[in-house]
Amino acid sequence: MNFDFSDDQKMLRDQARKFLAEKSSKKVVRDVLNDGAKSFDASLWKLVAEQGWLGVTIPEQYGGLGLGRLELCVLAEEVGRALAPLPFSSTLYFFTEALLAAASTDQQAKFLPGVASGSIIGAFAISEGPGAPSPSSIEAQFDGSKLSGVKIPVTDGDIATHAIVLAREGAGLSLVLVDLNQSGVKRETLQTLDPTRGHARLTFTNAGAERVGKAGEGWDLAESVLDRAAVLIAFEQIGGSQACLDMAVDYAKSRFAFSRQIGSYQAIKHKLADMYVGIELARSNAFYGAWALSTQSSQLPIAAAAARVAACDAYYFAAKENIQAHGGMGYTWEVDCHLFYRRSKLLAVQAGGPGVWKEKLVRRLELKNAA
Amino acid sequence: MDFKDTPEEAAFRADARAWLEKTLDQPNAKANVRIDGPEGLKRAKEYQARKAAAGFVGLTWRKEAGGRELPPIFNVIFNQEEQKFQAPVGPFAIGLGMCIPTVIAFHSPERVKHYVGPALRGEEIWCQLFSEPGAGSDVAGLKTRAVRDGDDWIINGQKVWTSGAHYSDYGIVLVRTNPEKEKHKGLTMFVINMKAPGVEVRPIHQMSGGSNFNEVYFTDVRIPDSERLGEVGNGWNVALVTLMNERLAVGGSAGPEYGEILELARNTPSPSGRGTLLQDQAFREKLASWYVSAEGYTLGKYRTMTALSKGQTPGPENSIGKLLNANRMQDIGNAAIEGADHYGIISDPALAPMQGAFHNAYMWAPGLRIAGGTDEILRNIIAERVLGLPQDARADKGIAFKDLPTGR
Repeated sequence: MNFDFSDDQKMLRDQARKFLAEKSSKKVVRDVLNDGAKSFDASLWKLVAEQGWLGVTIPEQYGGLGLGRLELCVLAEEVGRALAPLPFSSTLYFFTEALLAAASTDQQAKFLPGVASGSIIGAFAISEGPGAPSPSSIEAQFDGSKLSGVKIPVTDGDIATHAIVLAREGAGLSLVLVDLNQSGVKRETLQTLDPTRGHARLTFTNAGAERVGKAGEGWDLAESVLDRAAVLIAFEQIGGSQACLDMAVDYAKSRFAFSRQIGSYQAIKHKLADMYVGIELARSNAFYGAWALSTQSSQLPIAAAAARVAACDAYYFAAKENIQAHGGMGYTWEVDCHLFYRRSKLLAVQAGGPGVWKEKLVRRLELKNAA
Repeated sequence: MDFKDTPEEAAFRADARAWLEKTLDQPNAKANVRIDGPEGLKRAKEYQARKAAAGFVGLTWRKEAGGRELPPIFNVIFNQEEQKFQAPVGPFAIGLGMCIPTVIAFHSPERVKHYVGPALRGEEIWCQLFSEPGAGSDVAGLKTRAVRDGDDWIINGQKVWTSGAHYSDYGIVLVRTNPEKEKHKGLTMFVINMKAPGVEVRPIHQMSGGSNFNEVYFTDVRIPDSERLGEVGNGWNVALVTLMNERLAVGGSAGPEYGEILELARNTPSPSGRGTLLQDQAFREKLASWYVSAEGYTLGKYRTMTALSKGQTPGPENSIGKLLNANRMQDIGNAAIEGADHYGIISDPALAPMQGAFHNAYMWAPGLRIAGGTDEILRNIIAERVLGLPQDARADKGIAFKDLPTGR
């Protein structure tokens, strides 16, 4: 039994943790939070590119490191722990995964080197309004070369150079790749719960675009990209949840009430124990997702859904109860609890909300059990 | 990352599997093996003797104690394979999992030799006597008294929730030898002969209707001092060794899981009156959570096995298992009953789904949430031993046991 990351992968994790503790301190995160004009840290993005992280899953022939998904899982956990203000998930878990899954060799050769070097920031645009999208709800139109329609919200859409968009093409749906720096694209920055990450409304008016993958297969491709992203985001969520638990434990040991450490009271103790249980459940499910992702297992759809459901639950609980454990201090702007509370919500809805994923999980279990 | 055994582990697993296939009937999930009747006990003892002869008992114990000195991962592998069959191992779980390891750790070489062989072969069954009516989660508050009399100790008092006491030959018993000391310091552990004069076993009538546990009364029971485990007054530390072994022994879920309730819900009408229960959105959300919990538990065990396989010792993080499983069992039982609406009250095995398995889960789960560490104690263990949080305020520190308030 070897259901764990390798020593090399753990070493990568330690290096990443140290690197981000220094380069993505809470001051760096707060600079993005407090500056309305800033939606990521461009110099940190450059440093991360220099570390090779952006090319970790990109083949060497396209300028990447050609490592695997397990290494990306390791990095994702640390990015989540540090709340790194970077378009990391949009670019790597969605944009790159979509290119790796569906793009032609020419497209891969054209875009992947830019991702690896940090010059391309990718986004992934499905949502067009409130509620979970469905194959019949998508209105954006692609005519084979031009894209029109509105996508809202697009995570990192305000800073991305390119986006992969789900759009209607004829009778079906397709994924299309758009260069966002063109006159047919209008970007409007959105106010969101998590200002440490950028969001935009993208309006396309006959914007030049190219299809990724086959026409009419857009929905299935998007679902498969979402499965991959779900596992990777789960690791970000676990990193963030663990950071909440660590914060809460530290505070419960140092804060005194009624002349005792508050961590000695069972009301606090049991809350933190439940946080731990939730995180460990999420971790075990995410490990399985990582295994399924890295081995291209047929179990991925179920494993990814379980990983996502567990991680969404764990992060929500850890983030809200971390505030509660901190009492009044936890509700101040200066204490970092709210940074995690904000990010936990972004990660819970970014790839489809927990309700959607519980439904996906059960639907997939129904099919598996019937088989 | 993979789920493969090392070559040594794989070879051992193949050996175990081959022996099990030769020895036991083919796996049959529907079979319900009863262990408590005399016939069941006889079968269990026969199986245990064959298992010992084949060398599959005491895998991790010292060689001079009759073991094979294998790393704990081999124990886990054998258990995994054995669980695929309907092996009648219930009567020996506590003795071989908790009592005998304590005997090996603390008894004299001569007594170890005396006890281990018959226990290995299933000829003698052991039970564990810690809990008392006034000492459950706070087991160190126990009152059963041992008074020195020449070469013997004389025991008076009562134990409770003793699994298998009615068919046990020996037990390890934690008693108070000095009430003048602080409560954790006045305890001593002994081996007790369950057939000795003055030992009386009475079954407990559980809320479920069944009787899996006992009360055990001691009236002037004599135990020779040569049957003491560890030093006088060191019983608490001996008990901690026993309980550490419990952590590796207890945990698996015994009730219907998400798969069973999913199938049940396919054929149950929805509370909305439209479609089936399986199509009910509230039910589906619960089903997703049960899956995540059940899978998380199983996958967590694989992580523990990985640590064992690398020679690491699993710590108190394993306390999660029972906490999750007992609560999930209760919720699944409850959901199946409520899902059937009025009909759900029928527990008759002839009429209820899965011969009443969901009703059994509903009635067994409250006990499971208490046995072997309550939900609350398990959360304390996680908080204190895993997260490093401080102990709760204690009203019993620095006070002689005899002066402690007991509430009655």
